[in-house]
Amino acid sequence: MDLNRFERLSDTAWRLPASGRMRVPVVIYGTAALVADMDDKVAEQAANVAQLPGIVQASYAMPDAHWGYGFPIGGVAAFDPEEGGVVSAGGVGFDVSCGVRTLHTGLDLPDFDGLRAELADALFATVPAGVGSTGAIHLHDRQLTAMLAGGARWAVAEGYGERADLERIEERGCVAGADPEAISEHARKRQRHAMGTLGSGNHYLEVQHVVEIFDPVAAAAFGLSRGRVLISIHCGSRGLGHQVGTEFLREMAVEAGRTGLYLPDRELACAPIRSGLGQRYLGAMRSAINCALANRQIITHLTRGVFADVLPEARLELLYDVSHNTCKTEQHRVDGQQRELYVHRKGATRAFGPGHPDLPPEFAAVGQPVLIGGSMGTSSYILVGTRAGEALSFSSACHGAGRAMSRHAATRQWKGRAVVDELAARGIEVRSPSLRGIAEEAPGAYKDVTEVVTATHQAGLARMVARVEPVVCVKG
Amino acid sequence: MDIGPSPRLAHWEHFPHAADMGIRGYGATPAEAFTAAALAMTAIVTEPAGVRPAQRVEFECAAADPEFLFYDFLNALIYRMAVDGLLFGRFALHLDGPRLAVQAWGEPVDVARHQPAVEIKGATFTELAVRRADDGQWLAQCVLDI
Repeated sequence: MDLNRFERLSDTAWRLPASGRMRVPVVIYGTAALVADMDDKVAEQAANVAQLPGIVQASYAMPDAHWGYGFPIGGVAAFDPEEGGVVSAGGVGFDVSCGVRTLHTGLDLPDFDGLRAELADALFATVPAGVGSTGAIHLHDRQLTAMLAGGARWAVAEGYGERADLERIEERGCVAGADPEAISEHARKRQRHAMGTLGSGNHYLEVQHVVEIFDPVAAAAFGLSRGRVLISIHCGSRGLGHQVGTEFLREMAVEAGRTGLYLPDRELACAPIRSGLGQRYLGAMRSAINCALANRQIITHLTRGVFADVLPEARLELLYDVSHNTCKTEQHRVDGQQRELYVHRKGATRAFGPGHPDLPPEFAAVGQPVLIGGSMGTSSYILVGTRAGEALSFSSACHGAGRAMSRHAATRQWKGRAVVDELAARGIEVRSPSLRGIAEEAPGAYKDVTEVVTATHQAGLARMVARVEPVVCVKG
Repeated sequence: MDIGPSPRLAHWEHFPHAADMGIRGYGATPAEAFTAAALAMTAIVTEPAGVRPAQRVEFECAAADPEFLFYDFLNALIYRMAVDGLLFGRFALHLDGPRLAVQAWGEPVDVARHQPAVEIKGATFTELAVRRADDGQWLAQCVLDI
């Protein structure tokens, strides 16, 4: 992107003033190098978002932003229902509440010596991954309804995990306002056999070790020190969320045409928050968030079962669980006034700063853990939310590295077997049902997450706490 | 206009999207273009020629706007791929005004044989287009979320 189009607010913040139909400016966070490298579509899409009714303050893009659907991936926008604000299915995306959960093991890397391959095999055999995989849990209709209403709380009540887990999940494991009635029969059918499955693409389960600490105070609060071993689970609401996205995107696009709601891009399909369709979507989308939280909870339970067999001395406790593709009802201060806003984060992580009332008491003094996934051969990062993030981006940060090349280009450059062998030589055990899938997800196909995380830190959206590297990766 | 692609004209291609993949089908008729695009979708998951026509599914879509019809057609296929664990390698489409009658042949995913690369989440409105190209061929395209 041509940086001359922007007003430079700082080394890591760039503003496109409101013009034409834009109601607010666009603000893109990132170093000059990162922003220059972004596709022009990012600014175009962020400017389109800035045209939607009821948008507040600015249309934001995070340092990992790239060309998405309607909203850029890495886009953040808040809407005020008092000002005719909208909720957008395109602004949430298809994989509703796709996110990352990180668990402590209570062990150090040497405890895994000689066990990595066995652990990788056992995790791969136990946590269903890849196209067409189904879980061992098959929900009938009433159970599915209870899951959609209860999220991870439902899962814990059903025996998948511990009550203490819920304290370390956004919204304590269950988002309010879910309406399972708003979920179609097709969406239910797509989920019936999918609970406790990873999915495919960039979804994974990794065993990681802490290699670097940047912020000793926050690291201590999070229970992190060099050499400690963690587990990270990256997945979402599976078929149910995809179907919710598909159906509401269409319905909102048709309804917008009927009511004359101007959409600069059909993929920005949205509905007023205070409308029947808007409320129905919110009820369905929140049900899908609960589905994702329940899914990660069940996978946590399956992972604990594997560790009980392979490394029984491990104690798997949650560090935190964050969601990326959501619209959440939150209180924010805008121009000195407290307002209830509907904050869309499309490929962005919520990052509450110290003192936020939603945080567990043990994190109140430092802020929320912000979990940023890398690719299977590179680093992942743990950051912490800042007070400044509230005014900068409605307390939002980046979510991952983003692809550097298309899947097609990746398969031309790498062979799955060679990627597996090369990672094994580096001590990283990779398991996946598909070698082609591995090639498409080769570490080199992703951007360097370090650059994105550093820019996020420099911009003040979140602060770097620790860097981790994988030793086992189960890939969908 | 019955049955899909004529060997001379119909073909498909993928086009890049930052995180995902675009599919584009060409044909002498909209139905042929839809068919070619559906093969492009299968090719994201596995090699279409490796999918045996062991079972057939039938369904109908209806939409006055051909782009919505294409969106609905792809999402109906994605739904059946997800719910029944199927891959499709052959199609016969009959388009009559706003109504599209679909027959699709395929088989359940065999992980070892198909090496399925990725699951398709949904067809999107991004780059969605159904139109006649300058050379008279029909084109149907969109980006898939994967």
